[in-house]
Amino acid sequence: MEKLSFRLTAPRSAGGTRAQAIVGVVASGNLEVLLERSPPADTCTIDIATAAHGFGAVWDAVVRDFVTRRPAGGLRISINDGGARPDTVALRLAQGVRKIEEPER
Amino acid sequence: MTAATCNDVSLSWYEASARQRIDALVDAGSFCEFIGPELREISPHLAIFDLPEQFDDGIVVGRGRLDGKAVLLAAQEGRFMGGAFGEVHGAKLTGLLRAARALSQDVLILFDTGGVRLQEANAGELAIAEIMRAVIEARRAGVNVVGLIGGRAGCYGGGSLIAGTCSKVIISEQGRLSVSGPEVIETNRGIEEFDSRDRALVWRTMGGKHRFLIGGADAFVDDEALAFRQSAIVALKISPGCDVAVLAAEQARLERRLQRFGEVEDAVEIWQTLGIDQPTEIPARPTGAFLRAANNRESADDAR
Amino acid sequence: MTLDDILAGLFPNGSSIETSGAMISGQAVLSGGGPIHVLGITQGQPLGVDEAIVLAGRLIEIVKSGNRAPILILVDSASQRMSKRDELLGLSEYLSHLAKTLLLAEAEGHHTIGLLYGGSAAGAFIATALATGTLVALPGAHPAVMDLPSMARVTKLPIDVLKAKAEATPVFAPGLDNMVRTGGIDVVWDAGAPLAPQLAAVLQRPQGQDDRSRLGAARGGRRKALEIADRVVALATASHQDARHG
Repeated sequence: MEKLSFRLTAPRSAGGTRAQAIVGVVASGNLEVLLERSPPADTCTIDIATAAHGFGAVWDAVVRDFVTRRPAGGLRISINDGGARPDTVALRLAQGVRKIEEPER
Repeated sequence: MTAATCNDVSLSWYEASARQRIDALVDAGSFCEFIGPELREISPHLAIFDLPEQFDDGIVVGRGRLDGKAVLLAAQEGRFMGGAFGEVHGAKLTGLLRAARALSQDVLILFDTGGVRLQEANAGELAIAEIMRAVIEARRAGVNVVGLIGGRAGCYGGGSLIAGTCSKVIISEQGRLSVSGPEVIETNRGIEEFDSRDRALVWRTMGGKHRFLIGGADAFVDDEALAFRQSAIVALKISPGCDVAVLAAEQARLERRLQRFGEVEDAVEIWQTLGIDQPTEIPARPTGAFLRAANNRESADDAR
Repeated sequence: MTLDDILAGLFPNGSSIETSGAMISGQAVLSGGGPIHVLGITQGQPLGVDEAIVLAGRLIEIVKSGNRAPILILVDSASQRMSKRDELLGLSEYLSHLAKTLLLAEAEGHHTIGLLYGGSAAGAFIATALATGTLVALPGAHPAVMDLPSMARVTKLPIDVLKAKAEATPVFAPGLDNMVRTGGIDVVWDAGAPLAPQLAAVLQRPQGQDDRSRLGAARGGRRKALEIADRVVALATASHQDARHG
């Protein structure tokens, strides 16, 4: 397993009041994304454990794109990756933000 | 609580994740998880094999309400390590069942498992044994333990033995219930006896329809979360317990099965013996027609 | 040790045990004079629907008879029988049923003891030895979930790599010592000492509690199971009280 960590400045912070959200499962070509609240509101940290070695540059591009497109500030994101493609990763990250911003029932 | 609400959108049980199944099964918003993913109670053993971990170790346990009634629930995630039982995964279910006995609350187990996780085989095997014991202790205290089977990984190996301890089993056509998997039988007995790539053979030997017809399952439902929900509500209405009378009745039931079908070569012959018209058509029948054809099935009648 | 040696060692006061295929069944006299029921699956044979139903039937007769004598189940088996016929007939129900009758017997007041003196694996192990109140073993017993070559095939790891990993943890590899360290086997008897007093010592101890995860934690082979299960019980209990008072 390879571990990667990113600490990024996020132009927009995540809305909603949910404390956490989880999407996806760890399987071949899939990943789970756990989102939790963590100050400061303009920072997003992302910790990744991935089964596919040597893709640091791809992850770097995907997570940087994510924080510019989505409201990711104030989130601590933890990823367990079973070797997902970048588009799957981007999709799960977007789903995760949507889920943590959902109104609570 | 006056009217229980649930998610009424169509959801394939087979395709859904463990978390989606729970959300669709219980009354809306009623689920509360124990040792959730944020606590990161991952398997301590997968790292030895350099394998990816999952924060919930492939099982979600907690409490919710089903039609207003408090229940404890466990759902396995069949896509993570085949839903297999490891040390943490198994211990979460063991704890849930021990709580069920102490609190006199019914349990729903949403099976989706290939059996014991080989990378922690001894811990997984012992977890199965501990779970089976905890199921029986809970049942003897009057608690219902209902198994729901219809996930992608099926219910194999030790998971199938746990299912056999449940007071009721609900299954869909997609649900497979068997100790040895198709590949294992083929490896041990040869492709002449069992061709694991013959999907039709696999489904008619281990699939939900066959299990329902021989009394291996108590209810047969569509591959729909709402159908599982309705069936689970019904299953919780009677608590058969687990005393000597129940097991003596099961003994008689299983002896009778061996007498009736022990010499049979294929599932179709069993269905024919049951008096089913056009038995070869069983796999193709939609649920309504199948249930009508299943009128003379072998029923477990709480002898379980 | 052969089965005859074991029976002679356990029951110097005599026993009356019948053999039917790979199964044995009968009664013996304990060193203290009381009776004990004896059954077992022997000769390293697989456990299928036909064997399971016979053993379960015998256990139900014992429970129904009303005498609360202890039950000893001797185990030297293979795995569950891996055949089309067994699965077609619903093997999982037969194995579960056998395990349930053992658990029933214990709950109804019989001391149940498993004695693993040979092999056992997977579903056969769960349905027999692991469904008893106390499981003991003789040196040389070899429990397994799956043998290492099969495990190598499934995990796609070379067998040498698996062997090296097995040195570091008792959690996955087959073998008696690993099953002891993970808490599955209570004690390994001393084959050089008389067996009858060792059986008597086990019968002295109370049953009814599942001690295996505690043993696994104490012996270092299974450090998480007890803690996780206890935490779930505590959380379920606390949330139950919240729901009642909230």
